[in-house]
Amino acid sequence: MESQLLLGAEAIALAAIDAGISGVYAYPGTPSTEITEYIQQSPVAREKRVHSTWATNEKTAYEAALGMSYAGKRCLVCMKHVGLNVAADAFLNSAITGVNGGMVVVVADDPSMHSSQNEQDTRMYGKFAFLPVIEPSNQQETYDAVRYAFDLSEQQNLPVLLRITTRLSHSRAVVKQQPSRDENKLNPSQEKRKWILLPANARVNYQQLLEKQATLSAIAEQSFLNRTIAGSGSKAVIAFGIAYNYVMEVKQAENLDIPVLKISQYPLPDSQIKAFAEKYDDILIAEEGYPVYEEYLKGYFGNKKFRGRLDGALPRTGELSPDVVAKAMGVATDAARTIPSIVAGRPPMLCQGCSHRDVFEALNAIFAEYPEHHVFSDIGCYTLGALPPFSAISTCVDMGASVTMAKGAADAGLHPAVAVIGDSTFTHSGITGLLDAVNDKSAVTIIISDNSTTAMTGGQDSAGTGKLADICKGVGVEEVHIRTFVPLKKNLDENVAILKEEMEYKGVSVIIAQRECVQTASRKKREQSKK
Amino acid sequence: MQTNIIIAGVGGQGILTIASIIDLAAMQQGLQVKQAEVHGMSQRGGAVESHLRISDSEIYSDLIPKGKANLILAIEPMESLRYLPFLAPDGIIVTATEPFKNIGNYPEEASIKAAIASSGKHLFVDAEALAREAGNLKAFNTVMLGAAAEYIGIEKAALEKAIESYFSAKGDAVVQLNLNAFRLGAAAV
Repeated sequence: MESQLLLGAEAIALAAIDAGISGVYAYPGTPSTEITEYIQQSPVAREKRVHSTWATNEKTAYEAALGMSYAGKRCLVCMKHVGLNVAADAFLNSAITGVNGGMVVVVADDPSMHSSQNEQDTRMYGKFAFLPVIEPSNQQETYDAVRYAFDLSEQQNLPVLLRITTRLSHSRAVVKQQPSRDENKLNPSQEKRKWILLPANARVNYQQLLEKQATLSAIAEQSFLNRTIAGSGSKAVIAFGIAYNYVMEVKQAENLDIPVLKISQYPLPDSQIKAFAEKYDDILIAEEGYPVYEEYLKGYFGNKKFRGRLDGALPRTGELSPDVVAKAMGVATDAARTIPSIVAGRPPMLCQGCSHRDVFEALNAIFAEYPEHHVFSDIGCYTLGALPPFSAISTCVDMGASVTMAKGAADAGLHPAVAVIGDSTFTHSGITGLLDAVNDKSAVTIIISDNSTTAMTGGQDSAGTGKLADICKGVGVEEVHIRTFVPLKKNLDENVAILKEEMEYKGVSVIIAQRECVQTASRKKREQSKK
Repeated sequence: MQTNIIIAGVGGQGILTIASIIDLAAMQQGLQVKQAEVHGMSQRGGAVESHLRISDSEIYSDLIPKGKANLILAIEPMESLRYLPFLAPDGIIVTATEPFKNIGNYPEEASIKAAIASSGKHLFVDAEALAREAGNLKAFNTVMLGAAAEYIGIEKAALEKAIESYFSAKGDAVVQLNLNAFRLGAAAV
């Protein structure tokens, strides 16, 4: 079969198409976005009529995928790590229902927080839900693991969690394809007790899920994803997921004859782990993310032969690298060179001509007159409004929190309570908060900085494009307090006046600052000139 | 054989074009490739880099260990220095001379030049002038690829072939422009 150079994310996408999915459901989020984009652009997927339009958020994506599985077809659902928090209710309960058509849940973690607000480790969710977790090490293994995960899902009637991290998702390598197979036929589940989680049914299902754990561990014992790389001596390494690459890099470069146990499938293969651990006196646990299994293997009383992130052998936080792993394996060489002190930081910034810039300029013009002012903001390009020259926002916590935090602060008596949220984030998780504010008649000014795209992740379709005013009206915002303006320099005075008026109003107002993302606009221009 | 390359620049400068061409050339030569890139927040005008590794045997780490890069290929001079800890003792910096100043505290150009010069083997390339000579400023990155070609570990002819396949969808004129740019870069060394 054909070999191609693929990002880890693309390897997942291609493998899912080849494994016979009928749909992918996702909300964009770095580092998971490229999976769905690849499927959207794949001529093969189009020919096979694989569903691939973006969902409004991760929860709606997850539930739609579960519905497709109920109907008997295979599906992929993708999100970034914090997206699983949004989909967690559906995720945990889908472990209780189980699935019908194969369902693989891809969650991309972001250790070192390259583009995220935390570095939560999705393997914890896997344990929490009692679901099998697969954590491949490289791009080829990722491709192969996806097919394997679909088979495991259908064989065990459970969703299978595939956990990747930024480095694997955004790194390319040559991947060899397997022959593709057809999608499943429509075959809706007939098992009523399984899907209706009334307490009486759920108790039975939960018991079955717990009983399945021994089977899942036995499967992990035989998995191609878990294996030992022979070596000698009293020291050893257990390398999980992508950490395996760094361990093997050091082993190869330094000619170390150290034994390595590679783990990429959970629940842990108990016998393999026990047999390996008994043989050695000093075992480095290399995990990308939280010390989840280090803590587990060390135990409450702290078996000292297991070293890792908890005892400082490896850094407690952040992404691993060949260098920190080399140090933990006792073969570090000091880097000869340092970065010259003249090198200045170059943080990301809002694009020249970006509409968010004009929104922040208008806000800053108003707030020059308010010594005490706070702007609740959200997740998106406009979070960069936190940095100079704007320094215009006070908060950024989670998707949709700008609206609800502004409401809570208004309830506490803060005035003006201003929120700045993007259009895609608003439809993702802002609408319900707005309804709370309307029902409470909270004195909030919600600015939807509408660039009609999901810009930060590369310009994906935004669920509310062209519908925002109607949504706000439908939620119950008074029509006179739904204002729209075009954020451009020439409109600054007019826009400042509108904002001021609405800030003075002691109820809910929404201002839609509407102008197309400059990146989208220039992409459209390029595409048009091609035609 | 193994070559480790750090390609450095600023989000939006198109360092991934260079990486893609080298990837393609390596693949066409039947070599192993790993190429880690930066997506997401930093792409908005921040510092970006790509770790590119080519080898005739299995490559494990997607990231280059410190002190093991044979080449830092920088589209922007200050960015070449940001990755200095990765440069091997006998490694080389090939950098464009044109600074990209999108920050207020951009250092003195002379001090940047001096730091690069004192770092060991290095090569300054006036990529802007050469791209203009080739016929279009957009060929800036291919000029840089040409200038660094000698240190990539792949024959120039193979890189030219990869340029042809990479740009072929955009038509002959674009292919020719980039081949010219590549050759001008290579000749400037």
